[in-house]
Amino acid sequence: MNSNDALLAYVLRLGDNALVLGQRMVELVAAYPELEEELANANFALDYIGQARMFYAYAGELEGKGRGEDDFAFLRDENEYRNVLLLEQPNGHFGDSIAKLVLFEAFYLQQLEALVHCTDKRVAEIAARAEKEIRYHLRHNTQWLIRLGDGTAESHGKAQQAVDNLWRFTGELFAADEVDNVFENEFDGPDLFRIREKWYATIAAVLDEATLTMPEDAWMASGGKAGQHSEHLGYMIAEMQYLQRVHPGANW
Amino acid sequence: MYTQGLDQKDKSAPQRDTLETPEQLEAFQARIDAEEKIEAKDWMPEAYRRTLVRQISQHAHSEIIGMQPEGNWLTRAPTLKRKAILLAKIQDEAGHGLYLYSAGETLGVSRDAMVGDLLTGKAKYSSIFNYPTLTWADIGAIGWLVDGAAIMNQIPLCRCSYGPYARAMVRICREESFHQRQGFDILRVLCEGTPEQKAMAQDALNRWWWPSLMMFGPNDADSKHSAQSMAWKIKRFSNDELRQKFVDVTVPQAEFLGLKVPDDDLVYDEKSGHYRFGEIDWQEFIEVIKGNGPCNRQRLGKRRKAHEDGEWVREAARAYAEKQAAKAAA
Amino acid sequence: MSNKEWPLYEVFIRSKSGLSHRHAGSIHAADDQMALDHARDTYTRRSEGVSIWVVRSSQIVASDPAETAAFFEPAEDKIYRHPTFYEIPEGVENL
Repeated sequence: MNSNDALLAYVLRLGDNALVLGQRMVELVAAYPELEEELANANFALDYIGQARMFYAYAGELEGKGRGEDDFAFLRDENEYRNVLLLEQPNGHFGDSIAKLVLFEAFYLQQLEALVHCTDKRVAEIAARAEKEIRYHLRHNTQWLIRLGDGTAESHGKAQQAVDNLWRFTGELFAADEVDNVFENEFDGPDLFRIREKWYATIAAVLDEATLTMPEDAWMASGGKAGQHSEHLGYMIAEMQYLQRVHPGANW
Repeated sequence: MYTQGLDQKDKSAPQRDTLETPEQLEAFQARIDAEEKIEAKDWMPEAYRRTLVRQISQHAHSEIIGMQPEGNWLTRAPTLKRKAILLAKIQDEAGHGLYLYSAGETLGVSRDAMVGDLLTGKAKYSSIFNYPTLTWADIGAIGWLVDGAAIMNQIPLCRCSYGPYARAMVRICREESFHQRQGFDILRVLCEGTPEQKAMAQDALNRWWWPSLMMFGPNDADSKHSAQSMAWKIKRFSNDELRQKFVDVTVPQAEFLGLKVPDDDLVYDEKSGHYRFGEIDWQEFIEVIKGNGPCNRQRLGKRRKAHEDGEWVREAARAYAEKQAAKAAA
Repeated sequence: MSNKEWPLYEVFIRSKSGLSHRHAGSIHAADDQMALDHARDTYTRRSEGVSIWVVRSSQIVASDPAETAAFFEPAEDKIYRHPTFYEIPEGVENL
């Protein structure tokens, strides 16, 4: 894989992660436990949709075939999506959403911090902007995981269950493939091994404060980064792409 | 408008009314007449307070329930830009509900109590949100017509005699200024698009036109509480005045889009400079207010479920805060 | 129900450096940190602020509107506190 192909693939993955997570959050609108959290989560979803747009716009320029943000979002099939499996998992309850966000954002923040120093200027610029947003999300969501873990017996049980259920999707975050390796070597990209160490320490501290138990590392699911998804993504994409698919070529 | 339910009977017993002296009432009305603002802790007639609580809470409920019809197209918005705009708009509605509940709380009623009245069906919200959003064009129609009608009503409320309500409305009006424009923009693009898209826009106007006119509430002759609200300067214009103003500004916009307003009686009256329009189906309006609109049960059901599903979360946060406070005290 | 409601906080926002914090509105939150987050997400969505204060509404001590006259009117007749009270003779500058 040459460096240009790796760069394009890497940028698309970043865009896909942001969009798939943003879309999951959008599904929850008008169903949050309190009005103020409704506002918080709309802010977060807007951040993710904004990041997806920036990454896709750049991917279109790199590809040079005239595709724009909406072509990537609405006219690719699910096997062309390269997001990690963790993010396409259905929302479940509030505790599931919070656990998913903490597990992912503790990784994503490290990834963005590293990308700020990569040699591709555009990726570094987008990462610098996204990094500020995610730093706030992670703090907010971490506090929620602690509240749920150390709240009532019921919330503790639900939070523990959520972490246990999602844990098997965390391995894929750090499983470096060719795209990751080329991007790391050619563009001074993130070192996933080191990121995993930091992630592990962050998550261990959060779970400890939340009085939750860290799950044992066992079998880890993977495939999203290679376009092999869970059944859930197909439905999400079908719903999201509906209008563009029914009215090909129309302006909106 | 967002407070159509005000035209129903006021059921709570006015016990404190009897303690109010004519001198107090006169002094209060003098303040109102002098365009003074009434603030939270000021003396006010119990009926004034009760009217405001009902109006403000119904307005808040309308914002919150109003998130649902638009939320229905959030996951299916046709472009990422439209998705972001729509999400920002729906978020504003959550915020506006919040500002309004806060204004209501200054009158000594908790948000919990107001929300409780919504969930039990005791409190009303605007009839418009009980109609379904069936196509993407409906999102355009809501922004253009529903927000357009809302603005007509809300701008005078910025001068309402009750300070906290007026201040909330100033913030709301400022933030909502983009809402109507984004709706019109959605429809403009559809009308310039494929024949299918144009048909979608016309269909949306057909379905949303009359319910939008109903938003202004009953005709003045049938509007029971209007006179008192006007005297208290909670309300500045009558239902019919605002409705007429809305028709006058909206019909030319429909013409610009190349859409036909679904009213065969609609005609421009040169002499008065106003449009004359057909009779509203008031029976439909009454049915929707009574709970028999297409989506009443669905909307309230979703709100109830969100509230119930969130109970363990709110409880957990309370429990955690208590534990932390106990630790800090120890 | 209401005793289980999250407490009410008042929100004050400094819109830019050099200006005072101003009352923006209120929010509910279970704890102080949550209150700051909620104030941020509710009242600074359009870059309205650079600094936020939150305070429990129950902690605010307010003057009593019924005593407005006794509280504030005594200041009204101290007109000599205002510069317009004084006559400046013609020809005197920089005063």
